Amino acid sequence: MLTVIVFLPLLVAVLLAVVPGCGDTAARRVWVGAATVELALVGVVWAGYETPPPGQLAFAERAAWIPGVGSSYHLGVDGLSLPLMAMTSVVFLACAVYALRERHRPRVQASLFLFLQSVCLGVFAAADLILFFVFFDLSIVGMYAVIAGWGHGDRARSALTFFLYTFLGSLALLTGFIGLYAAADPHTFDMPTLTAENPLAGRPLAGGVVLAAILIGLAVKTPTVPFHTWLPPAHTDAPAVGSAVLAGVLLKLGTYGFVRIAAPMLPQAWRGWAWVIVAVGVVSVLYGALVALAQTNLKRMIAYTSINHMGYVVLAVGAAGLVSVDTVEPRAVAVTGAVTQMVSHGLITSALFLLAGVLYERAGSYDLHAYGGLAAPAPVFAAFLAVGAFASLGLPAFSGFIAEFQVFAGSIATAPVTAVALLGILVTAALFLRAGQALLTGPTVGSAKGFGDLRATELWSVGPLLALSLIIGVLPRPLLDLIEPAARTVVDLLGR
Amino acid sequence: MMRTELLLPEMLLAGGALVVLLGGSFTPRHRQWILRAVAATVCVTVIIAAAVTLSAPANTAFAGSYAVDTGTGVARILAAAGCLLVLALAGDELAGEARESDAYALLLFATAGAVLLAGATDLLALVVGFLLASIPLYALIGLAGTGAGAEAVLKTYLLGALFGILLLLGVTLLSGITGATAYAELAARLPAAPRVVVTAAAVAVIGGLMFKAGGFPAHFWVPDAAQGGTAMAATFLTTVPKIGALLAVHRLAGVLPGTSNWPAVVATLAVASMLLGNLAAYWQTDVRRLLGWSTVSQVGYLLVPVVATGRSDLAQPSLLVYLAGYTVTNVAAFAVTAALPRHRDRTSWRGVAAAAPWLAAALVVALLGLVGTPPTAIFVGKLTAASAAWDGGYAVLAVVVFGNSALSLFYYLRWLVPLYQPWALAPPDRPGRWSTTVAVVAAALSLVGGVAAGLVWRAAGG
Repeated sequence: MLTVIVFLPLLVAVLLAVVPGCGDTAARRVWVGAATVELALVGVVWAGYETPPPGQLAFAERAAWIPGVGSSYHLGVDGLSLPLMAMTSVVFLACAVYALRERHRPRVQASLFLFLQSVCLGVFAAADLILFFVFFDLSIVGMYAVIAGWGHGDRARSALTFFLYTFLGSLALLTGFIGLYAAADPHTFDMPTLTAENPLAGRPLAGGVVLAAILIGLAVKTPTVPFHTWLPPAHTDAPAVGSAVLAGVLLKLGTYGFVRIAAPMLPQAWRGWAWVIVAVGVVSVLYGALVALAQTNLKRMIAYTSINHMGYVVLAVGAAGLVSVDTVEPRAVAVTGAVTQMVSHGLITSALFLLAGVLYERAGSYDLHAYGGLAAPAPVFAAFLAVGAFASLGLPAFSGFIAEFQVFAGSIATAPVTAVALLGILVTAALFLRAGQALLTGPTVGSAKGFGDLRATELWSVGPLLALSLIIGVLPRPLLDLIEPAARTVVDLLGR
Repeated sequence: MMRTELLLPEMLLAGGALVVLLGGSFTPRHRQWILRAVAATVCVTVIIAAAVTLSAPANTAFAGSYAVDTGTGVARILAAAGCLLVLALAGDELAGEARESDAYALLLFATAGAVLLAGATDLLALVVGFLLASIPLYALIGLAGTGAGAEAVLKTYLLGALFGILLLLGVTLLSGITGATAYAELAARLPAAPRVVVTAAAVAVIGGLMFKAGGFPAHFWVPDAAQGGTAMAATFLTTVPKIGALLAVHRLAGVLPGTSNWPAVVATLAVASMLLGNLAAYWQTDVRRLLGWSTVSQVGYLLVPVVATGRSDLAQPSLLVYLAGYTVTNVAAFAVTAALPRHRDRTSWRGVAAAAPWLAAALVVALLGLVGTPPTAIFVGKLTAASAAWDGGYAVLAVVVFGNSALSLFYYLRWLVPLYQPWALAPPDRPGRWSTTVAVVAAALSLVGGVAAGLVWRAAGG
């Protein structure tokens, strides 16, 4: 089942690329069709999912791959990966719908995005470090092609910066993986085995070095301060659908690595470095929010709020490592909040980036001051942007609130000093209100004149993303029921 | 006991070379393709013969002076496969040329030399393999007949002579202090020999072999030959001789006692080759020269599992897997340059993706493969090589390998980016048919080798 989910988009991508008679319109529709089937398949897995016992994975599939080096083709899902796979499928479907009007080489674009979908789902489903890395690295190659091929502005340079920076990060990650492999006895790359074995227990120096390599790799991808510098240019010059996937899905590959690999496999080192991780999280929250406040380019602003939002995740997983006897409950809440935040941020930020894409497509500018009073000519656009902004700043009734509330409830109960990160929410609220004010309210001036409202493809791509955020905000139980047991397992593993 | 049947592939290569050489004299120029077919048949036969005996238990021939084991078996397959791909590549460049059949004979001789080098377990057999692999190369590079080609030949010849003497010096020292040339006896007697002399001899022998491998400090001829030689010669000399030379270093490393500090020597050569190759490739605008420097850095990576020889079970399989990946990937990259021989400056590659999508795709796979991007075969090679080094107590080398991979990405990308830009003045040339086919097949093999890494690993004895 998981194999089908992971490789179906790749198969369609290859077919789209090599079948010569396939026209542009057909390619766009095939993409939407494939993305819909993917979502349905993930829905089937979700429906049939039963929480596996700790240390095991549901829907596991395993076959020999390179037995000589202890690497196998091993897939599986649990409460950490399944919500992210579902979110990934939703975001890619939204992008497919949004791109129905794409005019620039739509066939290649469809093929490339299907390839990206395959590798992103592969990262979440992988239960072997090498398999994880293969997909992780290919996501970089795919995104590079998206930015370089469909971006705008100084896209070649931004794409190159993105590629070099994240590739370097991925190599640090691979070095860490080899460290884990070499420490395990017998040598293996299998993730559940490594998690159970805790190979570097009792070797603080080696554990610290290996964790440092893995953390750097994941921190570049997430990104956290100070490894974030590739993100703003990449987002500014990427196409709307590229930005949506980059922020919505690719950033999660980094944060997912924290809860899937770094924390459970190196608990001792993680506890030793927990305060550093918390500090990086807090700094990312505040720095991301403050720099976002200073932006006049809407897309750059959303990009910096992504750093802020990923900061909450890092803060929560860091706080989960601050082990003491009476904090098991709050730490589990923090990890649940972190995973919920990954899902929530994926939905909301993708929606915001698609809306920013609408802005650029109509008037060729992301400058907040180039517009004014958009609410009059484009009421639906204005409403969606306002809803997206409110969802992003963590207003109750949206998924962001559920996530951030849990992150803070867990973190502050574990370490009260982390309350300082609450300032981040305040700044985010200010900047979104300010941006909304500049864009939407007042007399209609500048590029806002003659601004066409959302078309059907835009409506039906952004709308469902925001609706889902609302549904999770109002009815969080189904999602939380999925995440909570897995979060509890992570906290238990960290306590070893 | 002679056991000549053990050496069937080597005899086929040498005999085939003689047949092609003599047959060429009696065949009219427009029928010389027959000899290409003969040479290709020889290569295919060698691959089959080597594959059949691959699973047989390890054996030795000629009183222990030549090993017939997994290492030799894989080297036979890889060298013959590399030679086969190069023969196919020659279809565009050499068909109907004056020296066509001579080139084919030289290719087969040099391939036989590389295989001998890979299997030699006696210092004298090693020297014979070295000479047999070197001398045809000089002539192959000279086939270009251009000024740059002549310069490349001279440089190669002088360096070859110099490092050949260094090799002989090392061989003399080793046999002088032990009174033996067979590896089995060396292994028994070297631990008792003076440490300094053994280290000096190891430096000399390994340094001499670096000429064939094209690694630091004997790398100077590689970029010149890659740039000045014909595409066929450039492809061959950056691929097949390395197979022999690296296995020869690996075998020798298995004999040298740990006290002689040979791992430090090899590790230094590895790091120097990686760094120098990558840094020098940065400034190249000629794509063939860029690839030439890139092969220097690849030798650095290939030396990493050699460092772990005797300390990690992963060492030999990872070396063989890396060699397999390197052979197909490097041939793919050079074949792309052979398909468009007039496009030498990397900026002149604009628009190639639109005109020849398959060729461009092959180049993307080949160059990203050389970086070590999954799921290509070199990724598995690099991964296991770094694991072997870490396992063998050289964790730093693993870090250096990945740091250098990141460095190398930059110059490969500078070549890839123009492919997908629209052309500026004129559309690119029509790519050669044979070269394009070779590039696509080799790139596909590189992908298949990575995805089916388990099978490759098992074939490599892991």
